Amino acid sequence: MLEIKNLHVKVDKQEILRGVHLKVSAGEVHSIMGPNGSGKSTLALVLAGRETYEITAGEVIYEGKNLLQMAPEERACEGVFLAFQYPVEVPGVNNIYFLKAALNAIRKHHGLDELDAMDFLPLVKEKMKLLGMDDQLQNRAVNEGFSGGEKKRNEIFQMAVLEPRLAILDETDSGLDIDALKIVANGVNALRSPQRAIIVVTHYQRLLNYVVPDFVHVMVDGRILKSGGKELALELEEKGYARLEAESQAVTSPRT
Amino acid sequence: MIARTQAQDSYLESFAQFDKGAAKNGQGWLSPIRRAAIACFAELGFPTTHDEDWRFTNVGPIAQISFRLLQDGGNELTPLDLEQFSSSGFACSRFVFVNGRYVPGLSSPPQLPGDLKVNSLAHALTADRDSLEQHLARYADYQHDAFCALNTAFMEDGAFVCIPPGAVLQEPIYLLYVSTAGAVPTIVHPRNLILAGNNSQATVVEEYVSLGADVHFSNVVTEVVVGENSVLTHYLIERESTQAFKVSTLRTQQGRSSNVASHSLLLGGALVRNNVHPVLAGEGSDCLINGLFMATGQQHMDNYMKVEHASPHCNSRQFYNGILDGKSRGVFHGRIIVHKDAQKTDAKQTNKNLLLSDEAQIDTKPQLEIHADDVKCTHGATIGQIDEDAVFYLRSRGIAEASALDLLLFAFASENFQRMKAEPIRSYLQELVKQWLSRGKLLEEAR
Ligand SMILES: Nc1ncnc2c1ncn2[C@@H]1O[C@H](COP(=O)(O)OP(=O)(O)O)[C@@H](O)[C@H]1O
Ligand SMILES: [Mg+2]
Repeated sequence: MLEIKNLHVKVDKQEILRGVHLKVSAGEVHSIMGPNGSGKSTLALVLAGRETYEITAGEVIYEGKNLLQMAPEERACEGVFLAFQYPVEVPGVNNIYFLKAALNAIRKHHGLDELDAMDFLPLVKEKMKLLGMDDQLQNRAVNEGFSGGEKKRNEIFQMAVLEPRLAILDETDSGLDIDALKIVANGVNALRSPQRAIIVVTHYQRLLNYVVPDFVHVMVDGRILKSGGKELALELEEKGYARLEAESQAVTSPRT
Repeated sequence: MIARTQAQDSYLESFAQFDKGAAKNGQGWLSPIRRAAIACFAELGFPTTHDEDWRFTNVGPIAQISFRLLQDGGNELTPLDLEQFSSSGFACSRFVFVNGRYVPGLSSPPQLPGDLKVNSLAHALTADRDSLEQHLARYADYQHDAFCALNTAFMEDGAFVCIPPGAVLQEPIYLLYVSTAGAVPTIVHPRNLILAGNNSQATVVEEYVSLGADVHFSNVVTEVVVGENSVLTHYLIERESTQAFKVSTLRTQQGRSSNVASHSLLLGGALVRNNVHPVLAGEGSDCLINGLFMATGQQHMDNYMKVEHASPHCNSRQFYNGILDGKSRGVFHGRIIVHKDAQKTDAKQTNKNLLLSDEAQIDTKPQLEIHADDVKCTHGATIGQIDEDAVFYLRSRGIAEASALDLLLFAFASENFQRMKAEPIRSYLQELVKQWLSRGKLLEEAR
């Protein structure tokens, strides 16, 4: 479904991703872990199409297409979804109106009829229930005045409604209490299917107790340093990133 | 002393003609006011950018063009010509003015409730002399404002609205002003007088449009006298062509415990000056001044607010939002004057602007003149660009870039809509803003 080959990305002349390789197939759940500043969010945003990042080398193939050449909205229409680490507040734009516009844009892209409010509202109600969201949130502007937890839940709510094929979750678990975490995990698990793939970017192993990944990758300093099964997450938790970074220095320094 | 300009001379000459004709119409009683006004204009001349109140707006183009005074209406127009403007979609009593003249044949008023009187000013000048004499030209300051002086000198027609005490009008009174410019640049001076009796409640809408795209100049003055404890909502919709010059002055005089809302939506015009001048004359009165101006191309929109607190315990709220694209230029000049006795004044002013292009420009200037000591006055202005993070967020959900921009701009404009009552007229304004937003796309589709 997704293949990232030797991806190099710069911001302000500083290289942040330094040769990322990753292959994700339909039906799989991958987790990317790594210390702060290692480039996880950069990778996620580049996949979603954020234009402030400069891609200096490499390619990303999504469903046989060159993802990097597609506009952000085109990627979304083709099934790519990013749950933002820091969801953006959009004052004055109603949360539900926005989501309906998004869903209809995607439906239109696939040649489907647009949904009217009558069809859309039951869908919204169902998904809100799944995520235990307060009814009030539907009357508010997108993320405006939401608490941290509400914003994260709102991301998963959007994902549940839009039903992407490739979902990338960027630290959706950070800052959540255990109840909220379980709800978010439920939302993610509900989306799991043989046709879909999920990339869970996380700083902590905790979420992976509820969303069990097929693969775990460790990102350090703009590269994926190590990949393995779900046991790698536990190992990381035990040893800490520092140890791994030290090991990586030892491996990479003779070559540089 | 600056020499009189040629244009100024031509106004003085045409006034001499005009005055003679008017005297014959039984409007002789007005002559002293008209003459006083033209004398003020002769004295004042057109303002220049050295004038503090006109620092950001050069009226040179207006002063240089010799406009022909239009004295005939557009009786040749048929309702069909106005069809494009009748999409208003809200129930109302409609009064149509063509080139400043009331045209009954195009209007759809007659079933007015009770003692409500809506007339052409021309008719009222002879038929309603008593009410008019008491109020007309008593508020709008022709002594210090050249455009107001011109309007007062040449005023002939417009709307005279008299809302009886205690009346509560369900539907807005809708005044549509159509300019049909021709080969020669023309000028009209619509003059409106609105008298709202004590304890009354009404909504008056003024909308200005052009037929065709020729150069013309609308110089409008509206005086509103709001009685005690009455509620008046005024809308100004500016939609003239991008060749139109427009100066409009809304002067309200508020009685005790009255409540006025002035909503302006400026979309059209080449050079627009929007003067809003409420005087909170009665104790405990309240006014809301809510405006949205959206300019593109070479448009210039100048909003000049002069909020006068003349009595204690009055509230004023000014909210003006500007969206400026292309090479357009916007001005917001917000004056608040608190008179010596106006204790417990609570005045607030906010001006927010969005610049959509590098070449668009905004000048914003608060001006507080406070002569009382127990007052609360705040002001704030912001100038910003579209939030790129928000655009990306919307796009990342599948919404096309142009639609994402529209959504954000509409959200910005919504701040103004939220301050209007949820009336059908508000939906009409929202529709106009949506049309403005989609202008680029229509062009693209046409290509
Ligand atoms: N837009 C940006 N502008 C400048 N620096 C950035 C930007 N985005 C990320 N960086 C830098 O890139 C590095 C990686 O950041 P990020 O991808 O957010 O890491 P992570 O998500 O793994 O914590 C950090 O050093 C960060 O400061
Ligand atoms: Mg991050």
